[in-house]
Amino acid sequence: MLNTNDILETINMIENENLDIRTVTMGISLLDCIDSDIDKACEKVYDKITRYAYNLIPVCEEIEKKYGIPIVNKRISVTPIAMLASACQTSNIVKFAFALEKAAKTVGVNFIGGYSALVQKGFANGDYALIESIPEALATTDRVCSSVNIGSTKTGINMNAVKMMGEIVRKSAELTADRESVGASKLVVFCNAPEDNPFMAGAFHGAGEPDCVINVGVSGPGVVRSALSTPQAKKLDITGVADLVKRTAFKITRMGQLVAMEASERLGVQFGIVDLSLAPTPAIGDSVANILEEMGLETCGCCGTTACLALLNDAVKKGGVMASSHVGGLSGAFIPVSEDDGMIKAAQKGVLTIEKLEAMTAVCSVGLDMIAIPGDTPAEVISAIIADEAAIGMVNFKTTAVRVIPAIGKTIGDSVNYGGLFGSAPIMRVNTASPAEFINRGGQLPAPMQALKN
Amino acid sequence: MKAVISVIGKDTVGILAKVSSKCADYGVNIDDVTQTVMQDIFTMIMLADVSNCKIDFNKFSDEMQSLGEEMGMKIHVMHEDIFNSMHRI
Repeated sequence: MLNTNDILETINMIENENLDIRTVTMGISLLDCIDSDIDKACEKVYDKITRYAYNLIPVCEEIEKKYGIPIVNKRISVTPIAMLASACQTSNIVKFAFALEKAAKTVGVNFIGGYSALVQKGFANGDYALIESIPEALATTDRVCSSVNIGSTKTGINMNAVKMMGEIVRKSAELTADRESVGASKLVVFCNAPEDNPFMAGAFHGAGEPDCVINVGVSGPGVVRSALSTPQAKKLDITGVADLVKRTAFKITRMGQLVAMEASERLGVQFGIVDLSLAPTPAIGDSVANILEEMGLETCGCCGTTACLALLNDAVKKGGVMASSHVGGLSGAFIPVSEDDGMIKAAQKGVLTIEKLEAMTAVCSVGLDMIAIPGDTPAEVISAIIADEAAIGMVNFKTTAVRVIPAIGKTIGDSVNYGGLFGSAPIMRVNTASPAEFINRGGQLPAPMQALKN
Repeated sequence: MKAVISVIGKDTVGILAKVSSKCADYGVNIDDVTQTVMQDIFTMIMLADVSNCKIDFNKFSDEMQSLGEEMGMKIHVMHEDIFNSMHRI
């Protein structure tokens, strides 16, 4: 029979340490919905999504019951809409967002990602129109998420897109100023965007993916934190800490693999990947910052934070990679400020700054995520933040992203509150010395030597 | 299909009897039981065969959970595979 302690450990992880499956995301290709008539294309998009995902929610609920493990989010990612928009003879691209929103509501998913464009090497037909429509799309829908890939290691960084995205982020915030600038929280600007990421707001279904696929994102910062907080763990040296994180990540990921296989079998859809990410929530203790603090930091953001995060990120991958047959997506530790109780506290104390977060993004799995900045931050400063992050991603062959929220009408000392998984964020100070001349140059920042691997 | 039924809470008279008679009502066969009492906290783990369960597994799980609430204890019913996959390579 199974070991009693193992059973109790699992139950304790779920009951007390916030272990859950963060998301089951169905990726759906919309390439066969392309039509020069946008209304026809939207109809096809709605029909295909609702046909493929009609039983996504009921199946996930059955799995939750069977294994007693919560699946917090059920979501859908689709082909970057700019690819569909390129065929349409209209500039009113935002109709696609309405079709996505309607489909999401019909099948009951809380977010649908893929109102996206990939412009790392330049703009194709449809890309401009889509990017320009993003603020309106995010302001007039609740569930649609948007992302734009503006750079990659292979191509370098499209600085024209970087300039444009600074303005788009600002405009998305401005159009939703009455709702805590929520528009900007649904928009991610990527470098090296993964095509199989199940996590929002940056999920989209890449062009190289199959027609339909199931990707699963696990969670579990609370479990890792708890494992590191026992008296035995406190005596470990840092090698021992890494080993303990690996073992814990293995267990978490095995559960993700189990759920992914079951969901793919029941839905009759190919299993894609398990994303090994440690995704925090605002719940007390379910925090990546707290894990770093358990390693011995007084407050997340102090000197030593980057080193601890590097260890954590690496150990999570090493533990998880053996537990799953296919690993993908972002796979690492997330550091979204508003969604992490420990990060929020560290930012409020002033220990955690944007500059430190930027350093941390060189070793974590994503980038500057869910950071509220003063509402009067100029667009070119946001563009420059994006350029810095993209440069880190480009040179280090990793995904980086920027999801900052210019909180319109607010400044240092205020905060934005979204409730639920999005949490709340104190407005953080930004260096506003002007990078305008640099941003206005435009052009393509060349790919680094690292790109020449062939 | 095998399920693990775990019962955790303050020790009182008749826990095993109540849980096992509920299982019998629904045609769930108990294969194995282990139980311990540590500092007044009662922990029981049952391995049960639910393949002949008279009601849907989800309903059975809900029934057991509400029995737990009546008794002031926590009862979880989970498929054994979650433990196998997490704790065995």
